[in-house]
Formats: sequence, C-alpha cells, structure tokens
Amino acid sequence: MYVEMRHVNKTFDGFHASRDVSFAIKKGHMAALLGPSGSGKTTILRMIAGLDQPDSGDILIDEVRVNDLRASKRGIGFVFQNYALFRYMTVADNIAFGLEVQKKSKAEIKARVEELLELISMKELGKRYPHQLSGGQRQRVAFARALAPRPQILLLDEPFAAIDAKVRQELRTWLKEMIGRVGITSIFVTHDQEEAMEIADRIILINQGKVEQIGTPAEICSCPETEFAADFIDARRFEALMSMK
Amino acid sequence: MAKKKERTYEKDVIGDGIHSIRKVIEPPKEPSNHRMKYALIGMSALFLILMLVLPLIVVISNALRDGWNTYVGAILDEYTIKALKLTVAATLCAVVVNTIFGIFASYLLSKFYFRGRQLLATLIDIPFSISPVIAGLLFILTFGNVGWMGEFLKSNGIKIVFAVPGVILATIFVTLPFVFRELFPVMNSQGKDEEEAAALMGAGGFTIFRKITFPHIKWALMYGVILCTARAMGEFGAVSVISGHLRGKTITLPLHVEILYNEFHTTAAFAVSSLLVILAVLILIARNIVEWKRK
Repeated sequence: MYVEMRHVNKTFDGFHASRDVSFAIKKGHMAALLGPSGSGKTTILRMIAGLDQPDSGDILIDEVRVNDLRASKRGIGFVFQNYALFRYMTVADNIAFGLEVQKKSKAEIKARVEELLELISMKELGKRYPHQLSGGQRQRVAFARALAPRPQILLLDEPFAAIDAKVRQELRTWLKEMIGRVGITSIFVTHDQEEAMEIADRIILINQGKVEQIGTPAEICSCPETEFAADFIDARRFEALMSMK
Repeated sequence: MAKKKERTYEKDVIGDGIHSIRKVIEPPKEPSNHRMKYALIGMSALFLILMLVLPLIVVISNALRDGWNTYVGAILDEYTIKALKLTVAATLCAVVVNTIFGIFASYLLSKFYFRGRQLLATLIDIPFSISPVIAGLLFILTFGNVGWMGEFLKSNGIKIVFAVPGVILATIFVTLPFVFRELFPVMNSQGKDEEEAAALMGAGGFTIFRKITFPHIKWALMYGVILCTARAMGEFGAVSVISGHLRGKTITLPLHVEILYNEFHTTAAFAVSSLLVILAVLILIARNIVEWKRK
C-alpha cells in the first residue's frame, strides 16, 4: 500500500474532525474522498500533506511513518481549492518556485517549466499573471506547479469547485487524462458524487469524520454498506452515468 | 505600455482601497438635482477653507511678517535646530520600531489562530483610544523617580523620564497602531493559502515573506509608515508631559512652538510651525504618490 492512514483522530477546539480514520491507497491509483461538506475530507487531505497534525494514529507513505516528517519532505504536490497561485509571480515563476526552493540549476528549471507548460498546453502564456487567466487555466497552472518538483503523491482539494459548471466536465476529463499520463498516485476531495465516480478508481466515503465505506465506484453504488452510503449515493444517477459511457 | 486610465464611475475610487470612498448610490442617468450637489460641494469647500486653508495661510503669513531674515533666523536658531534633530530622531525610532512591530503583529494575527487573538488586536489599539497626556503620565508613573520602576532605573543609572528616551518611548507609544492598522486588513484578506503552498514546496520563512507576503503588503506598509511618520512628528501631548521641557535637550518641534509662543516670540513660533507645515505637505505628497502607485 502506498498511502495509508491508521486509526487517525483529529479534533479542532472540541470539534471531532476525524474519528478513527483508516484507509489505504495503492500506488498509481486515483482515490476520491467523497462526502458532504463539513464531513472532514479536507482535514484528512491536509494531514496527509502535513499541513495539519493528527492527534493520534499513523500516516504512512510508502510503508514509512511520516507523522513527524515536515510537509516539504513528504514528496507531495498539493492543488488548493482556490489554487493559491502566487499572484505576484508569472505563470512560469509559479511553476518554477518549487524547483528554485530546491536550488535546482537554472537550465534544469527552465527545461522543466517548459515541459510542464507544454503538458498543460499553455506554452504561450508563461509570462501572464494569475489574474489574467481564466478559472480553467488557473487550475492547470496549479496542477503544473504541484507537479514541478516531481512529487510522489498528488493531493487535490475540491479541484473543480471554483470552476464554471460549463467547463467543469471538460476539465474533469482533462485532469483524469493528465494524471493517467503522469502516472502519479493521487487523492482528491470532492462533495460531488458524479465527479468522484467519473474519475476515481476508488472512493472513500466520509461522513462526520468517519470512513463509511471504501470501494470502487461500482461497489459503492451496487452494495452500500451503511445507511448513510445508501442515502448519500444516488444509484440511479450512477446507472445513467455508466450507460452514458 | 502607457495605457490611459479609463475613468468610469465604477473605477473612481478615492483613497487606499481599504478605507476608500466607493460608489454608494447609482448616479442618476439624466442630470437631475444639480442644486443639491453644488450646495453640498460648496458647504464642504467652505468648511475646508475655514478649518484648514485659512489657518495655514495665517501660519505662513505670520511667519513671514517680520521679513525673510527674521524667518530664516528663527529657523536657524540653535534651539530650533536641536528640536528639529530630536523630532527627526524620535520619529525615526518610532517608525522603525512600529514598522517591525506592525509587521510581526499583523502576521501573527492574520496567519495564526489562537485564543485571545481578538483581545490582542484590541490591546494594540489602546494608544488610539487613550489620551496622549494620560499616556505621558503613565510613563512618568512607571519610569519616574517615584514610579514603580524608579528605584531600579536609578540604581542602574538609566534615565527615561525628563530625558530623550522618555520622549522616544512616548512617541513610539502614541504611534504604535498605525502600521499594524494598515497591514492587518491587507494580510488578513490575503489568507494563508499561498504561504502554505510555498511552505509545502519547502520554502523557508524568510523566503515566503520576501516572495509571497511582502509583494502583497508593500504599499499598505508604505502607507502605514507615512501615517506613522506624520503622527510621530506632530506628537505633542504625551511628549509634553514626559519631556520636562528641558530646552535644547528634550524639546521637540511642537513643544518648541509652544514655548516660543508662550514667551511672546510670536513670529518665531509661526516660523517654526511653518517647518512642521512643510514636513506635513511633503508627507501628504508622499502619501498621494503611494496611493496612486497602489492602484
């Protein structure tokens, strides 16, 4: 197992954000943390990244316990919900930032930035600033910036929440294809079941800080294990989605 | 790339973007009630002339009443120069200390969540709500001979009250919130996502501040520094109480004006005042440049 959580608990000021959370994700898989808003999905993601510390329990990456490892040493790329692009840097500088911090050579940084700009098909836009981009373009830049230092794991917090409903579908397909091409283990948070079913290999269903069910989209739909799972997942919508494919 | 700025009602924001004057009511499509508008403009203009422009003219004309030579003489007077030096020194100290403090405090309060945040923010505002005279008195009661730290300071040969350190302390106290007040809303609105993203990529605290935080707050910081400078230079109450009015030693420009005036050196008093006026105008110009750059 590549990313693993074992009996993780977390409270904020008495609010129980994670209750005995355990799950594991295989290398190269794309997992979705699915649940209603306020269910503690983002907290789990932030704990894997090292932005928040669990109160108890273990987090493992590649069989190594990383609880005490600093966020920057975990080999993680993070795409924030509103992308958190550095607004005073150009697109190219945004992508280069992680490499500059690692003190990579100028030539190497330049090559990597160009490679990534090519990957996200924004070769011409390297000199633009984030505020000159559309929502979809910003997401692509955030994606490229997270990938630049060649992380082992990619974490995405509600990657489509800030995107216009019209282009969301297009971007979903794009992101799935990109992640497939890069072949990186990734976890993304969403409250949209359609989104989770369409792009994830595995769904981890979260409610009130607890893991309700783990499985493939088909498993979760066809045999919900808890009352919440049965309630939350709209099987008819899933069937419609599957028949569309 | 000199683009001519489009002047629309939407974009016509006066001020620094934080306490700015924005559109409140849609302007009427067809010109309707001009009388009301001009009446209000007239009233405002009249008020400003009465309260601001006339006094300034009085200051300048009185300063030059006895001719240019008297004016220059009053300004180049030994005590005036000393007062000017002390004012500049105290202002510099206050600006440096409060800038550092302001950056730290607003960083702390906008990027970290902890119990007592609100209380701390309120405490920083105390100098705004407290009368400067009381502030001066507080320092005397703390650091003076009869004050509760008096014995300790005396035995260590440190003199604060009725000495330059007291003047500087009082100035710092009175101008404490300015930089913080300007920075805090800007930092707060920035959130901490960008900083987290940078930290996640392994950037250290200083790199994050230099590359992410600073570009965002730079104009607000400048603006805070300018306000702080203006206030520090003009501070009278607190400094007056704590300075002990030792001529040539603990007298700042505003105090010097008062002394001259009380001794019936009216022309000299106005001449020295005009120095403060000139400094104020310079600050006003700097302020407007910063405001303009910020947009």
